[in-house]
Amino acid sequence: MSFSKKEKVLCLSILLFGIAGPLIFPNYTFQIAVLWMLVIFAQTWDTLGGQMGYNSLGNIFFFGAGMYICAVTQISLYYDICNYTSHAGAVKVDFTPYQYFSGFALGLVAAAVLSILFAVIFGWAMFGLRGPYFAIGTLGVALAAGELIGAWDCIGGGGGISLPPYPGEPDVRSYFFAIIMFAVAVVTFSFLKWLYATRFGLAINAIRDDESKAEAMGIQTKLHKTLAWTTSAVPLAIAGGIFGNMIGFIEPLEVAFPTVTFGIFMVVMVLLGGKGTLWGPILGAVLFLLVKEVTWTYLLGLQWVALGAFIVILVVFFQQGLMGWMQDKWPEVFGITVDERMSAEDKEPAS
Amino acid sequence: MSDVLIEVTNVSKAYGGVIANDKVSLSVKKGTITGLIGPNGSGKTTLFNSIVGYHPIDEGSIKFKGQEISELRVPDIARLGMLRTFQQTRIYGAMDCVQNMMISISHRDTKFKEMFTKHPPEVREKAEHLLEFVGLYQKRKLISGDLSFGQQKLLEFAMALMNEPEVLLLDEPTAGINPTLINGLIDRLGRAATDFGITLFIIEHNMRVIMNMAEDIYCLAHGELLAQGTPDEIQNNQNVIDAYLGAH
Repeated sequence: MSFSKKEKVLCLSILLFGIAGPLIFPNYTFQIAVLWMLVIFAQTWDTLGGQMGYNSLGNIFFFGAGMYICAVTQISLYYDICNYTSHAGAVKVDFTPYQYFSGFALGLVAAAVLSILFAVIFGWAMFGLRGPYFAIGTLGVALAAGELIGAWDCIGGGGGISLPPYPGEPDVRSYFFAIIMFAVAVVTFSFLKWLYATRFGLAINAIRDDESKAEAMGIQTKLHKTLAWTTSAVPLAIAGGIFGNMIGFIEPLEVAFPTVTFGIFMVVMVLLGGKGTLWGPILGAVLFLLVKEVTWTYLLGLQWVALGAFIVILVVFFQQGLMGWMQDKWPEVFGITVDERMSAEDKEPAS
Repeated sequence: MSDVLIEVTNVSKAYGGVIANDKVSLSVKKGTITGLIGPNGSGKTTLFNSIVGYHPIDEGSIKFKGQEISELRVPDIARLGMLRTFQQTRIYGAMDCVQNMMISISHRDTKFKEMFTKHPPEVREKAEHLLEFVGLYQKRKLISGDLSFGQQKLLEFAMALMNEPEVLLLDEPTAGINPTLINGLIDRLGRAATDFGITLFIIEHNMRVIMNMAEDIYCLAHGELLAQGTPDEIQNNQNVIDAYLGAH
C-alpha cells in the first residue's frame, strides 16, 4: 500500500486525533465514537453504492444483525438468554471482567462470521435485481429484519435487551468504546484502500460502469458482487456489536435497524463527500456529523426539516459530491491529463 | 473440418410471435474474416446475441471449437475465448482508458487469489502499447466517458484485443465513425487478424468496408439465410440485391 505525502500527513493527524482526541475533549467522547461509526458506515456503503454502482438502502441490516448476534452471544455464554430477557431488571446480573471482555470479543467474532453468511445468502437473492429494484429489495430486507426481531420474544422482542454492564469506571468505558470504534474504522479504511488498488477494485468499477459489458468481457460478476457485499457487511456487523454495548440497551426499530436515520445517513454522507472515492466518504461523514450537530443544537425542533432541506439541496445541486467536484475543477491534480507524447518510446516533454 | 471455429446449425430464435432467426446455419473458419450482412431487422444482432450466450436459443446447436456452447452463459463463453463488441459502444465510462484496458485482460485462467493482486507491470505496458496501436496513447489518462464516440469505439476495439480472444464478433465497427477514420479502422482490423491471429466475424452495413475485408460473407433477410459466398458472388447475387433494394 502506498501513501502520497499529503495522505501520510492526513493519516498521521487522524491517527493522533483518534487516540488523543477523546482524552483532550472528554465531554465529546461519545460524539467522537459516533463519528468513527459514521466513517465506517460511509466507507462500507460506498463499496457497493460508489465503487460497484449498487445503491443499497438495506446495509443497515448488517449493523442490526451484528448488534443482536453480538449481544445474544455475550449473554448466552453465561446466562440463559430467554430467562435473562424475560426477567430484565428483576434478577441481578453479574459479569466478571473476564466474562465481559471474553463475551464481547466472542460476540464480535460471531457477528463478523455470521454477517458473511447473511451477505452470501442475501447477495444470492438480491443481485438478480438492478437499479431502484435493488434499493427497494434491500430496504425490504432491513425492514423485515426489524419486524422479525421485534416478534422474537426470547431475545427481548420489541422490548429490547439490556447489555451486560461494563465492569469499570465510566470514563474508561467511554474511552474504551471510542478507541475500538476508531480501530475498526482504521482497519476498514486500510483494507478498502488495499482492495481498491487490486484487480478486484477495477472489476467492481467495471460492474458499476457497464455490467453487461463486464459480463461480455468474462468477468465473474456474481462472485465479485457477493464478495463486495461481504466486504461491507463485516465492518458494519462489528460496528453494530460495538455500538450496542456502547449504548447499553438495544431494541429492534430505533437502535438496531434504523432505516430512516442511520440507513439514510449512510447514503447522504457518501453523496456529500463524493461517491466512488477513497476519501470522499470519510470527508462526507465528518461534514455530515458537523451539520447534524449544529442543526440539532441551534435549530432544535426544526432539525429534521433542516436536515431534509440539506439533503434536497445536496441531491439537486451537488450530485458529484466534494471529491467529484474537485476532480471536475482540478482534473490535473487527479492525474487526468493529456500526454503530449504519441508513444511510450518518445521522450518526456520538456516542460 | 478442424479449421471451423464457430459452427451454427439450424438456430432459431423468436421474440413472442416475431421470428428473428429461422433455422440459420453458418460456420466461421479459423484465421479468416467472415462478414454478416443484411437489411435492418434481418436478425444479425440476434444471431450474435445467440452465439455469445446473451439469450437462450429456441432450437439448433452452436459449437465453438467443437464444444456445444448454446447452454452456456455470457461470461463463461467469453472465458472460452469468444468476445463481442456492441453496436452501441460499451466501455467503462467513469474509468480512465488505461483502467479500461487493464480490466479487459483475459479472465480465462484467473485464479481466485489473483483477484486480490495488482496487475503486473507487463499488463500496463501491454495496455499502453495497444492504446498506441489504436491511436489513443495521448489520451490514456482521460476518463473514457469524456472521449468522442469514435474514440470510444477505438477504445472498445483495443479492449477486445487486450483480452486476446480467439474469435472477435464485431457489431457494426464502423457505424457512426467519421469517414476519414474508417480507413484507419479497417487497417487496424486487418492487422488484428494478421498480426494478432484473431478470427473476425463482422456485422457491417458499409458495403465498401465489408467487401474489401471479408473472405466469406453471409447475408440474412427476414431472419433466414439468403446467400453465402465470396464478396464477388454476394455482390452479383440477385436475391441479395433485391433484399437490399426492397424488391419482393
